[in-house]
Amino acid sequence: MRNRKSLFALLLLVCTGLLAGHASAQGLTVQIVNGVPSAIPIAVVPFGQTAGPPPSTDIADVVRMDLNRCGKFRSLARNEIVETPTTGAEIKFPTWQQLKQDYIVVGRTSDAGNGALRADFELWDVNKQQRLLGLSITGQGSDLRRVAHQIADQIYQKIIGVRGAFDTRIAYVTAVGVGQNTQYALIIADSDGYNPQTVVRSREPLLSPAWSPDGSKLAYVSFEHGNSAIYVQDITTGSRRLLSNKRGINGAPRFSPDGRRLAVSLSFEGNPEIYVMDPEGGALTRVTNSLAIDTEPDWTPDGASLVFTSDRSGKPQLYQVSAAGGAPQRLTFQGQYNADASISYDGTKIAMVQGNGNVYRIAIMDKSLGDQVKFVSPGSLDESPSFAPNASMLLYASTEGPHGVLYAVSADGRVRQRLVLSDGDVREPAWGPYRQH
Amino acid sequence: MNATVRITFAALMCVGLAACAKKQEVKTAPPEAPPEAVTQSTTTAGAYTPADLDTDACLRQRVVYFDFDKSDIKPEFQQIIACHAKYLRDRPMARMTLEGNTDERGTREYNLGLGERRGNAVMSALEADGASASQINVVSYGEERPVCREHNEDCWSKNRRAEIVYTAK
Repeated sequence: MRNRKSLFALLLLVCTGLLAGHASAQGLTVQIVNGVPSAIPIAVVPFGQTAGPPPSTDIADVVRMDLNRCGKFRSLARNEIVETPTTGAEIKFPTWQQLKQDYIVVGRTSDAGNGALRADFELWDVNKQQRLLGLSITGQGSDLRRVAHQIADQIYQKIIGVRGAFDTRIAYVTAVGVGQNTQYALIIADSDGYNPQTVVRSREPLLSPAWSPDGSKLAYVSFEHGNSAIYVQDITTGSRRLLSNKRGINGAPRFSPDGRRLAVSLSFEGNPEIYVMDPEGGALTRVTNSLAIDTEPDWTPDGASLVFTSDRSGKPQLYQVSAAGGAPQRLTFQGQYNADASISYDGTKIAMVQGNGNVYRIAIMDKSLGDQVKFVSPGSLDESPSFAPNASMLLYASTEGPHGVLYAVSADGRVRQRLVLSDGDVREPAWGPYRQH
Repeated sequence: MNATVRITFAALMCVGLAACAKKQEVKTAPPEAPPEAVTQSTTTAGAYTPADLDTDACLRQRVVYFDFDKSDIKPEFQQIIACHAKYLRDRPMARMTLEGNTDERGTREYNLGLGERRGNAVMSALEADGASASQINVVSYGEERPVCREHNEDCWSKNRRAEIVYTAK
């Protein structure tokens, strides 16, 4: 047990070191804050290579990081991997049983022509000595991290029984500089923070990025013309459209699950109300009607209802209303301040910001557990929760000293990791949908 | 090792903090001192002129501060509101934008709403003192434009504010 602990510590050390190495190039570092002793032990053996120059990415290494990140696995540190089988036939099971591994992944890469690379991999149950998966994935040599994320997704799905969400992207906002000199940027990156790409830059605040369900567009709020305005931007072509710049607040856009409607908060009629609009610029339907601040709508998975923040009872609380309008029903009764809902894909969980005194933490209300509320972040200024598409993890924004930072946390709250931009603030995370191939 | 990384990081952050603090001192906006008692002996008789915006002790004060999660105007700011309302009455061509702001606590979009509520509260008070709504525009920046960036009440109290910005004098 003691040995196992030190192994894990070593693993953390290796992870931190490896990632820090990349971080200077990528601008992001990842640090696992607390581990889970009960996580499933899995050995991901370095991939072999049949011919040609060595791939630019260590695929097994990326798979290992992914599996560790989600909190459900504890992958064997590379320097503990004493044998390097690349096919199932080469696995000597006693070795891995002795290392107390439940699963082993082996694989090899080969040239697939035209700059493409083929990765063949197998997942084996160490105790049953049984092959669970044998697949090949082909990808561009320049995009091998994505191939690795796809392999991790397959492993996750086979063992956990839920689709993996490693091959997804995240969006977030950075703010670099102070006061008048602050530069804002809306960035998209892989789910592990790698491959950041700037979608839009501004000298004025940007906030509330929201993915279209097909992952092709982002809606967001920009102050570039002095007041808040909602834009929708195609992330492949970069073309964008102004969707709303009415008098007052234009905020909190969220695409409906079918992508054909956008819920927003607008105050042109006097105070912030929830509206549903046609993103093609057509009809505007008013959903709420109160003298309170009604904002931060999110859609239920069936697209029929919205959960939103309202202070109609005095302090902000979450309410649910039909997307066609009607009488809202209050959902939250525990905590002084509940706001900014993120609903899981199956509708059973609602993540929110819960404030009590000066402490703001991310809480998850679980309908399948009788609306039990559980904190998954320590505070004290945590906000902006966003579920992964499989709800295994969520992203949120926090502060470290003067800086805004992002955390990813497993849905059970047991594993947290920090994604830190080396310069300035990182905020407003939004986890994108499954990628369409 | 992990601890070393953390300590290094903490040390780096301290350096960053110190650097920020220095910069902010220079550009810290109007301090949150209760407005001085202002006698309008020179101005009550005559009409304000644009020059008074730079010289008049009352008109030079352009920030109204609020309590946490509140948007009601505190009594000590009534005098500022009164002199700016008089300026708007005296100068029908004058235009102002009221910029509503909040501290960092709570969510960004909710704070946009709260900032707007503060801007609207100042606008209503100006209107009550005879200013015309057509002269006033309200913009909310929520928590996006802090004048102070530390995570404590002293800073938060400076950020919970509505700023009066003249766009036409």
